Amino acid sequence: MRKLAALALCATMCIASVVPVSAAETVKIGVFEPASGDNGAGGKQETLGIQYANSETPTVEIDGVEYDVELVIVDNESSTEKAPTAASELVSNGVSVVLGSYGSGVSIAASDIFAEAGIPVIGVTCTNPQVTEGNTHYFRICFLDPFQGTVLANFASENFEASKAYVLTKLGDDYSVGLGYYFEEAFTELGGEVISDTFPEGTADFTSYITTAINEGVDVIFAPTSTEAAQLIIATASSQGVEVPLLAGDTWDSNVILNAAEGTDLSVYVTTFYQEGANEEFDTNIKEWINADSTRLANNGGDDTVAAVTAMGYDAYYTALEALKAAGSTDAAAVNEALWDTTYTGVTGEISFESENGDANRDTAYVKVANTETVAWDFVAEQGVQ
Amino acid sequence: MSKKTNAVISAVLLVALCAFVMILEQVLPSTHIALTVLKKSCIYALVAVSMNLLNGFTGLFSLGQAGFMLIGAYTYGALTIPVADRASVYQYFDGGIIQFSVPVFVGLLAAGVVAAIFAWLIGLPVLRLKSDYLAIATLGFAEIIRAIFQWDKLGVVTNGSNLLRKFPTFNSVMFPLIVSGVCIAVIVLVINSSYGRAFRAIRDDEIAAEAMGINLAKHKRMSFCISSFFAGVGGGLLAMYQTSIQASTFKSAMTYEILLIVVIGGLGSVTGSCLASFLYIACSEWWLRFLDTEMYIGSFKVPFLRSGFRKVVFSVIIMIIVLFYRKGIMGDKEFSPARVYNWFQKKKAKKAGKEAAK
Amino acid sequence: MDFINRNLPYLLAGISVGGQYALIAIGYTMVYGILRLINFAHGDIFMVAALVLVYASASLPLYLSIPLTIVATVVLGLVVERVAYKPLRSAPRMSVMISAIGVSYLLQNLALYVTGGLAQVVPSIPFISDSVQIGSATTKVVTVITPILTIILVFALMQLINHTKIGMAMRAVANDFETSRLMGIKINSVISITFVLGSFLAAIGALLYFTNYPSVVPTSGAMPGLKAFVAAVFGGIGSIPGAVIGAFIIGICENIIKGLGWTTFSDAFTFALLIIVLLVKPTGLFGEKATDKV
Repeated sequence: MRKLAALALCATMCIASVVPVSAAETVKIGVFEPASGDNGAGGKQETLGIQYANSETPTVEIDGVEYDVELVIVDNESSTEKAPTAASELVSNGVSVVLGSYGSGVSIAASDIFAEAGIPVIGVTCTNPQVTEGNTHYFRICFLDPFQGTVLANFASENFEASKAYVLTKLGDDYSVGLGYYFEEAFTELGGEVISDTFPEGTADFTSYITTAINEGVDVIFAPTSTEAAQLIIATASSQGVEVPLLAGDTWDSNVILNAAEGTDLSVYVTTFYQEGANEEFDTNIKEWINADSTRLANNGGDDTVAAVTAMGYDAYYTALEALKAAGSTDAAAVNEALWDTTYTGVTGEISFESENGDANRDTAYVKVANTETVAWDFVAEQGVQ
Repeated sequence: MSKKTNAVISAVLLVALCAFVMILEQVLPSTHIALTVLKKSCIYALVAVSMNLLNGFTGLFSLGQAGFMLIGAYTYGALTIPVADRASVYQYFDGGIIQFSVPVFVGLLAAGVVAAIFAWLIGLPVLRLKSDYLAIATLGFAEIIRAIFQWDKLGVVTNGSNLLRKFPTFNSVMFPLIVSGVCIAVIVLVINSSYGRAFRAIRDDEIAAEAMGINLAKHKRMSFCISSFFAGVGGGLLAMYQTSIQASTFKSAMTYEILLIVVIGGLGSVTGSCLASFLYIACSEWWLRFLDTEMYIGSFKVPFLRSGFRKVVFSVIIMIIVLFYRKGIMGDKEFSPARVYNWFQKKKAKKAGKEAAK
Repeated sequence: MDFINRNLPYLLAGISVGGQYALIAIGYTMVYGILRLINFAHGDIFMVAALVLVYASASLPLYLSIPLTIVATVVLGLVVERVAYKPLRSAPRMSVMISAIGVSYLLQNLALYVTGGLAQVVPSIPFISDSVQIGSATTKVVTVITPILTIILVFALMQLINHTKIGMAMRAVANDFETSRLMGIKINSVISITFVLGSFLAAIGALLYFTNYPSVVPTSGAMPGLKAFVAAVFGGIGSIPGAVIGAFIIGICENIIKGLGWTTFSDAFTFALLIIVLLVKPTGLFGEKATDKV
């Protein structure tokens, strides 16, 4: 018994000694992102952007006092069931503002916890309209699914003169189904015909889906899915000799897709928030930072391609700092109030929030195509909604 | 200790627990992680006890719990969303076809009833199967139910793959604590009734039980329906806790999680299940979270710590319990003041015996 | 002709995935035959095989990493049996099954930790991942090779079981655990060999499966594992040819369902089939009728 007590004492001391003792004031920013589950890959890339921004600017001056910014990172496991405790963990840590999440479902599930605690959240890439609808604490810096779906449908009908599209969405994934819905709506409005299919979770065999698309003689395949499924869809499409273009939303803007499409004859188009090369300085610096550490490199999917979500994470961090400065205090309620009028010019463009739901004022998306030889994204067009 | 004092002390302890939680809620900020964990463990306790009724007390190895929770959650959600909010929730389905909403308790009750009806229907064919076959068939049914609820043709009720939300939820821990507490009390009453004795007879020896005049089919079905009823209520509560419902949450992994809770608590122990669900949730989602972040002691980087390590440690702990403490925390015993008292008495006697031997 | 042209790809996909399910299903059916245990971890062993290949091929050439993958998978199968199932030999069946679920949970979480939650791309094995034209359909060579290889392996396995001493011991143990122990059969080594064979076939299955679908995540093994188990039940648990035929039927039906546009229910269908079989013919297509011992 005594041994046990001694051991417990040692353990407590160990933990106590770990807690950093810092003389400067600190302000905490919560990072609510998935590091495991379906959206683990995307969540990690987004977190990288936030971490890089933090390493670049680790302090902020609030009301004349220099504060250290401490990131509190929790894993929401891409699961609506685990999200509330992850959110509570952030709240218990006393964060002033939260960034995240990749994936709309978890954002919605955690929204009430943050609302109750009065902590504002800046959604980085959760594109579902329901995230911010009807609340005053959830903001976001990305565009919304209805916008993205329309952009993609316009792009398909203008550039490929597509009249028949195959829409493949993941069953039970609100992002995937939602974007598919808006695409279908916009595409049929343009006079097109849509064949839609869904695949259940854990599907690895996409042969039948691709076969159906080929048999139907579609002009374009639209597959707004997570990168895990995307890899397999691309591999299958390539081995089946698909000739029509593959189209997808922001989730596909990832080096995972580039690597999967490498050396194939496919043409893969995505809409996204950021075009690599738009800001040379940012690109070079973040690449250097990612290459400097093997964990970061692994989290970025093994190479140094800058994903749009990473750039968005980077901008979200600075938007949060702007809000903190404007609020003049680390008090969450003050930050929430300040966010409405916060503006910031980031690497992904101008960021400001409209005054009803706190959605971003964004009216353009970039369309990129995967270059299967250089394994990089080539810029195609800037597309808006007329 | 007499039966009466035992009951009195038990009641006092329960009241003390409620009071403790109430005080905790006053002292801590309302979003403190301890309270969130408490909320979730209350709900899991109810589901674990309902699974224990089936697996531990009736000896029916069913793996369909997540499916029944899903039914409960969807029933609750679909019935209680305020009419005014339906248009925005069912935005892809023109507001859905249900154009009324019912109070919270009616919704929870309906959640249980619908789950029980499904259980009755599924039970008709499935309960004829034995042990592993029953397990795999119920697991299969849970998967089928999940696919059906995500089907967009039923979207006017289930909202397809999209979230159901904006239904009434709870803020205070007292709500799930009391609802779960009442439900668990009902289950305990069932267990201690003559039906409960019949269930246990079936568990111990089906053939002997049948020979004693117990109607196997009827009692198995009954146990299955009661268990599913409370799993449905638990699903409704879980929906309130998550503030949104998505069918993809209710995977077989969830059933496994609940099964592990039941095993850790002890098959056939209600108090064990309750205790285990708190420990399980607290460990996996709170206490072990520090294992996920890199840590430095001075300049020494503690090895292994990075995202995901928490789950590895946690699953190793579970394996150790499954292999070496097969009976779980409580075995098939219940926690009661009398037992603690007797245990102390025995220890005292032992000590006295030792001293006498000297 | 047009009809065939349109539907050939579905059929090919079905046959190929069926063969891969078959290789996993044999592991289930053999273990169940002997231990009466649904080895829930078997699907995860299949997933680990793919991960081993990913990490081995990062530093070794393929001709070394493929044998290494097979050996590592077999060792893992053995270790799981020794650590998680052997200590529970006399425990109730439910405890062993829970232990199997625990192992499955552990393997998935370990995989999550090692991969960092990112999908890993499985290296393509030359020749079998080349494209080939069959009639109107373009597919990978592995699609054609899988059923052939499956049948060869099953034939070899049947020879082993029907015509060798250890095969006879396995049949005896499957028939009557207690009596064969009394007759002097070393139960533990028979069980070990069963796990070795099962894991070996799962490793081969993984090599083929992940050549077709070259991405692996921690839960990659769960669904194929469950479907393979359904195949084993469908064919009659304990019967190896039954498991193989069951697997082909499930693979083909699943793809036909998808071809018909009922994609939402492609997984649900498998389970519906399972339940129907259990109710109509609980012993499966080729299972022997066993009398329930009291």
